[in-house]
Amino acid sequence: MRRLFTNRDRPSTISGPELRDPQRELLHFRRRLLIAGAMVIVAFGGLLGRFVYLQLFQHSHYQTLAESNRIAIVPIVPNRGVMTDRNGVVLAQSYSAYTLEVTPSRVKNLDETIDGLATIVEVQARDRKRFKRLLEESKNFESLPLRTRLSDEEVARFAVNRYRFPGVEIKARLFRQYPFGEVASHVTGYISRINDKDVERIDAWNETANYKGSDYIGKVGVELAYERDLHGTTGWEEVEVDAGGRAVRTLSRTPPISGNNLKLALDIRLQQAAEQAFGDRRGALVAIEPATGDVLAFVSKPGFDPNLFVDGIDPTNWELLNESPDKPLLNRPLRGAYPPGSTIKPFLALAALTSGKRTAAQTIFDPGFYQIAGAAHRFRDDKPGGHGYVDMTKSIVVSCDTYYYMLAGETDIDDTHAFLSQFSFGRKTGIDVEGELLGVLPSRAWKRERFKDKWYLGDSISAGIGQGYNAFTPVQQAQAISIIANDGVALAPHLVKSIENVKDGSVRQIALQSTQALHVKPEHLAVIKNALVGVPREGTSAQAFVGTKYVSAGKTGTSQVYSLKGEKYSKQVDERLRDHAWYVAYAPADKPRIAIAVLVENGGFGAQAAAPIARAIFDYYLLGQKPRAPAVPGTGPREPEDESD
Amino acid sequence: MGKFFALLARIWEVLVRRVDSYLMAAALAIVGIGLITLFSASDQNISRVTSQVMSLGFALLLMWIVANIQPRQLARAALPLYILGVLLLIAVALGGTVVNGSRRWLNFGFARFQPSELMKIALPLMLAWYFQKHETRVRFRDFILAVALIAAPVWLIKREPDLGTALMIGASGFYVLYLAGLSWKIMLGLLVAAAAAAPLVWPHLHDYQQERILTFLDPARDPLGTGYHSTQASIALGSGGVIGKGWLNGTQTHLDFLPERHTDFIFAVFGEEFGLIGSALLLVLYLLLIGRAFVITMNASTLFARLTAGAITLMFFSYAFVNMAMVSGLLPIVGVPLPLISFGGTALVSLFIGLGILMSVQANRKLVKT
Repeated sequence: MRRLFTNRDRPSTISGPELRDPQRELLHFRRRLLIAGAMVIVAFGGLLGRFVYLQLFQHSHYQTLAESNRIAIVPIVPNRGVMTDRNGVVLAQSYSAYTLEVTPSRVKNLDETIDGLATIVEVQARDRKRFKRLLEESKNFESLPLRTRLSDEEVARFAVNRYRFPGVEIKARLFRQYPFGEVASHVTGYISRINDKDVERIDAWNETANYKGSDYIGKVGVELAYERDLHGTTGWEEVEVDAGGRAVRTLSRTPPISGNNLKLALDIRLQQAAEQAFGDRRGALVAIEPATGDVLAFVSKPGFDPNLFVDGIDPTNWELLNESPDKPLLNRPLRGAYPPGSTIKPFLALAALTSGKRTAAQTIFDPGFYQIAGAAHRFRDDKPGGHGYVDMTKSIVVSCDTYYYMLAGETDIDDTHAFLSQFSFGRKTGIDVEGELLGVLPSRAWKRERFKDKWYLGDSISAGIGQGYNAFTPVQQAQAISIIANDGVALAPHLVKSIENVKDGSVRQIALQSTQALHVKPEHLAVIKNALVGVPREGTSAQAFVGTKYVSAGKTGTSQVYSLKGEKYSKQVDERLRDHAWYVAYAPADKPRIAIAVLVENGGFGAQAAAPIARAIFDYYLLGQKPRAPAVPGTGPREPEDESD
Repeated sequence: MGKFFALLARIWEVLVRRVDSYLMAAALAIVGIGLITLFSASDQNISRVTSQVMSLGFALLLMWIVANIQPRQLARAALPLYILGVLLLIAVALGGTVVNGSRRWLNFGFARFQPSELMKIALPLMLAWYFQKHETRVRFRDFILAVALIAAPVWLIKREPDLGTALMIGASGFYVLYLAGLSWKIMLGLLVAAAAAAPLVWPHLHDYQQERILTFLDPARDPLGTGYHSTQASIALGSGGVIGKGWLNGTQTHLDFLPERHTDFIFAVFGEEFGLIGSALLLVLYLLLIGRAFVITMNASTLFARLTAGAITLMFFSYAFVNMAMVSGLLPIVGVPLPLISFGGTALVSLFIGLGILMSVQANRKLVKT
């Protein structure tokens, strides 16, 4: 049998019972024990080596790891600046509310957790949907709001059950609120959660660190344009956290600096009056203080409730807004371009005076149409049979088309383009919000670029009464009439009047920016201004301005949406195919305090739909009379009209 | 008065007669460090410390009793203890209490007890007794029987599952074989066989055991999951530096980053708060304890005493080494407590019984002439 246990180092071949040598056996045992002892020393030596490595050589590395385990830098979001109107009425403010936030990376089973939370606080299906969307958009170490604006009771109920939900916390967050809701929504704009595109913007500003704790950013309107003023400077708190990520104590704190407060040029009561005057009409209105460029009212109808966007708009509301044929999200004053119609006439008249093509007294005969020599087509005047003998003043007061067909026939379109550019038609007015549309002020170069075609005389004739290729935005229209009212001095319109630095209390006024000097003679301007006063007194808008206690100046306009080819309007014409109504005006005529452009989409004639709104604005702004009802009839079928503008 | 002092002196003499002062001093120093660390690991909650002190009292009593038993009598108790141990392990398998997914405990109503702890003592005793009995002839069948004696409890404990303890008990059995003179060739053969069997064993390991081994090979694999323990323990030790963060000041400990910090990972708490100086001191204390145990083993009078004492000595070493190596990232995570320091009454009792056996061996070193 094989020997398994040796008594000596030398293998022995002796088999069978063996006489034992206790002494030798003891020696053998002791040798084995010593070998084991040596192993113990080696093993402990190895441990000591490991400790020296970890605790001496790698100490600073692990020190850093322990510190980053322990210390969290928590950004403190600054208070976003408050927006007020010119009289200090709050238009946008921030308030603190509790939100229920989930950090997905620290939650094992999200669905289970949310189900559990739903038993404690109300979690609606739309909250879940919104959360899911945020989850898809976010990097997963962020905490995301599941519910916002918790009630005190809900906060208390969660606090009791908090231990059941690791990774779920109640946080006090600042929320944006727009007390006026729809009113002035296109001015204030709104803030919403930061998305990837915003992150690029922030990176481009080099403000990444400052936005560390920020969840919201201005998306449109003044919120967007003045984002860097409103945001403020993020503060920092160094906190010690435990393994569960909960703050144990604060180590140091750098307080945030609140964003700057904005005082808008807007008069919110005027804005309210203007929006009310529109009733259910779609359209736009821009009112400017000519002497300063202050935008007193800036209406885009219909509007939307900016409060809906703050927490992330739910899909149902978004669809409603985005797919409505009324386009409530379209900023019409800024981004709606409409043919100016007859409102262009005073500017063309001024061009003719300046170029010497016409004198004020020079008359033409209007037979009711205009024909290009050698062509059969008749450009019709609105008034059948014509206005007879017409001088420049009458051409504006009665809005005689034939006068301007003739003038356009004699004028090079590029000269017209150059002159009208001075009124910022076809250019940016320089208003202080983003997204301004250029509109179209046609020229040969423009047509070549746009249609790869040359300019025809017929193009000039159409353009001569503000139709054809011309398309101006309400902001451009308001700016142009404001330049006339301000005797040719052009100031950039601005929505924000002053910026208050909350930290040091200093207030910075937005400087008046003169954009371009108008090259016209005062006596020429006087002719135009005089004619404009005639329009509401005895001309096309006289009906709307009966019995005013002030003298105003204005011009009606109608821009064609759909050519009737000589037929009359009837009830059968779809409401959305009707002409757009324009009215540009200022008052009082001698010392203008307000200049406005009103556009009523599909309002028909300017005199009928747009002029009454201007009247309501003037009555309110100059006399303090509140409009009782919408100044224009609603969008329903209307009676045929044959009044000319 | 004199009589009273005489009585006291007499009592003291009885108390310390068979207690080895070197072993005792080293053990109590380590236990002291353990209590101090435990207080910190419990976030200054004294109740855990009190509970551990009560276990210590009981453990010291048992140690004293065992130290006062002759090794001969211990040898007689070996077989019954071993059989009892195996029966209790079977009882655990049939109706043990499940804690954290493992069936390791027997609940007696008034106390819970881990039979595997009894086995730590019973297996070396059993093997030593067996080899003493067959001192004259050790044959192949004896070896097979010894392997079977080891394998039975190891298999029962492994399936609880408690891989760490199973491995440690297997090791204690192996130590007896080694000290009894198992030939190097066979040991080498066993090693080769073990290596060859590894791929066969792998599929039979529990998922978490496979995870632990994979994580050990690459801790960055899953830093928040299975690698978390190891990573956080290394951070605790390393951030402790040379002098440590100071008692009760360990951030890893007190901010909950360290898992299992009362039990298997208590060394990380100690290392974080007392630094390299503390760690080295603890190593020295263990070395003193083990060194003294070596001396006792060296001088043991009978084969039974030698084998038992040697196996217990090497067990002490194994526990201390495996635990500290695991906490410092040298070995994969196996659930092995740090002897005399980790919180847990049963372990403390079995360790002090082991010390009692060593003391008994030491007290009887000259009684039998070799």
